[in-house]
Amino acid sequence: MTVTVTPTADVPTGPAPTARRRTGGRSVLRLLILVAIVAVVLYPLIWMVGTSVKSPEEIVNNVGLLPERFSPGNYTAGWSNFDVSFGRFFLNSAMVSLLTVAGNGLSCLLAAYAFARLRFRLRGVWFAVMIGTLLLPQHVLIVPQYILFRTLGLVGGDWPYLPLLIPQFLATEAFFVFLMVQFMRGVPRELDEAARIDGAGPYGIFRHIILPLSRPALVTTAIFSFIWTWNDFFRQLVFLSQLEDYTVPVALTLFIDSTSQSAVGPMFAMSVLSLLPVFLFFVAFQRMLVEGINTSGIKG
Amino acid sequence: MALTTAPDPTRRGPGSVRAHAWRRGPGRLRHSEGLAGYVFLSPWLIGLMGVTAIPMLLSLYLSFTNYDVLTPFAEAQWVGLDNYERMFTADPSYWHAVRVTVTFALIAVPLKLAAALGVALLLNRAWRGVGLFRGLFYLPSLLGGSVALAIVWVNMFNRDGAFNSLLSLFGITGRPWVNDPDWALETLMVLAIWQFGAPMVIFLAGLKQVPTELYEAASVDGAGRFRQFRNVTLPMLSPVIFFNLVLETINGFQGFTAAFVLSNGTGGPVDSTLMYTLNLYITGFTELQMGYASAMAWVFLLAIAVITAIFFSTGRFWVHYSDGEDR
Repeated sequence: MTVTVTPTADVPTGPAPTARRRTGGRSVLRLLILVAIVAVVLYPLIWMVGTSVKSPEEIVNNVGLLPERFSPGNYTAGWSNFDVSFGRFFLNSAMVSLLTVAGNGLSCLLAAYAFARLRFRLRGVWFAVMIGTLLLPQHVLIVPQYILFRTLGLVGGDWPYLPLLIPQFLATEAFFVFLMVQFMRGVPRELDEAARIDGAGPYGIFRHIILPLSRPALVTTAIFSFIWTWNDFFRQLVFLSQLEDYTVPVALTLFIDSTSQSAVGPMFAMSVLSLLPVFLFFVAFQRMLVEGINTSGIKG
Repeated sequence: MALTTAPDPTRRGPGSVRAHAWRRGPGRLRHSEGLAGYVFLSPWLIGLMGVTAIPMLLSLYLSFTNYDVLTPFAEAQWVGLDNYERMFTADPSYWHAVRVTVTFALIAVPLKLAAALGVALLLNRAWRGVGLFRGLFYLPSLLGGSVALAIVWVNMFNRDGAFNSLLSLFGITGRPWVNDPDWALETLMVLAIWQFGAPMVIFLAGLKQVPTELYEAASVDGAGRFRQFRNVTLPMLSPVIFFNLVLETINGFQGFTAAFVLSNGTGGPVDSTLMYTLNLYITGFTELQMGYASAMAWVFLLAIAVITAIFFSTGRFWVHYSDGEDR
C-alpha cells in the first residue's frame, strides 16, 4: 500500500543471507530430519496399500511394506464380502456426503449473508449464539436427537438418511457459517451500495453480488463438508441400522467382528478404497484445504 | 499509486450521499431489510431450535428420568437426581472413563502440539519444497479420523503387526500392544499425535506473521537462536498456541472412532480405551439407558465449558496480543 514498499518484503523469514554459508550443513540436517518425519507419516499409509495386495499367506508371514507377489484378489473378495456389496455402501456414502455438501452450502450461505450484511433485530444476540454452538460437541446432542427423530418416525424409516441430512440443511454446522461470514465481510460494501442504487434489495444483492463472489468460500465449505461426512462414523453408526442402508465406515466395522486372518486382506482392500475419495480430494485441492484451515482455523 | 486511487473518494461521494438520503427515507426500507434478515436466517433459526436448543432441553429433562427409548417418550420415569447421584457415587466405570479420557487428553494433546510446533519451525525457513512437505504432513489429519485408518492402526500394533516387526529389527520383542490394557490407550495417543498436520498448518501461518525485524533486532542485541525462540517466537506465537490448545483439547476429549474400532465398541481391553464418548454411546445405545446417558452428556458439556473458561481466564497471563495490529 505505502510507498515504502521495501526490499525486506522479498527477504525470506529467518536468518539473514550472510548467515547462509554457515547454515549449509544445518539445512542438510534439517532436510534429513524432514525426510525422516515423512517416512514416519507415510509408513502406515504405504503399509496399508501394500497389505491390501498381499495374499493371505503373505499377510501372516510378511509384515513388510510391500508384497512379494502382487495379488489384487482382496479387492474382489472384499467387495462382495457381505450379503450387500460394497458398491451399495459406497453409493450410500456418496449420496449422504453429496447431499450434505448441498445442504451445508445452501443453508450456511443464507445464514452467513444475514449475519454479515443485513441489519435486523437481535442480530448480535443470534450471532453470539451461533459462535456459542461452534464448540458444542455432537455427542451431547446425539441422545435427544435420536429420540426426537425416532418419535417422528424417521429412524429406520423408508429413507433412513433424513436424521443425518435434516440438520445439514438447517445450517447447524456453525463452522461453515462462521467461515462464510468472515469471507463476506471481506467483500467490499461499495458493491452492495452500487447494486442498491441500481434498485436491488436484499434479495437482489444476495443473488447478484454475494452469491457469485462467495464462490471460494462455498468451494472450501463443499470440500470440508464432503470429507468430514465421508469420514464421519458416530452419527452414521447411531442412525443406520439396516445392512443395506449402511455407509462405508459403518460397513467397515463389520470386518472387525470377523476376526479370522482371511478377512484381513479384504478388510484392508476396502479400507484403501474408502480413503481413496478423500485422498483424491487432497491431491486436487491441497492448497485450498491448507488455506481453508488458515483462514478459518477449521480442524481437518 | 496514490494518483490512480484518487478518483475513488469522488466516486464514492454521490453514492454515499444517495445512500444516506435513502437511509433517511421512509422506515419501510429498513423494515424490509429487517424482515429479509429473518428470511435468510430462518433455516439456521429452525435448526437452532429443532436440532440444538429443544434437544438440549429434552436431554436435560431426560437426565432426571429413566428412559429406554422403546416405550413412548411420555412414559419416561422421573427419578430426580438419581442419575447424577449414581454417576458421581456408585458407578466406577464412569470414573474410569473420565480417567481414561483425561489421561488421553493430558498426554496426547501436548505431544501433538509439540510435534506440530517443532515441524512448523523446521518448515518455516523459506525454501523450495515447503509446500510439498506441508501437504504430506497434513494428509494424516484428513485421513486419521476415519474408521479405515483406525483399522489399519489396530493391525499395525497387533502381535504380528508392522510395528513389532520393526522392533524386532532392533532385537526387541514387542507385545500385542492393542490387546494389552497397559498399552492400548497409548496406541490411540500415537494415532492422535500422528495427525499433527492440522495444528502445524496453523502454526506455520502464525510464524509467517512474526515480523522479521524482531529477529533482526534480537540478533543485533546478541540473542542466540534459543533466546530468539524464547523471547520472540513464543510470545508472538502465543495466540496461535492458545487457539490450537483450546481446539485440540476439546477435540481430544471427544475421541470416539479409533477407540470404538480398537475395542470393537466395548472400550476394552479391560476398559482401557473406554473414552467418555464411547461410554456414553454404550450406556445410551447398547444398554438403552437414555436417561443416564443424557446426564453424562450434560456433565460432559459442563466440563468442556469449564475447561474452556479456565483456558480463557488463564490465557491473559501468557497469551500476548500485539496491539494496534489487525491480524
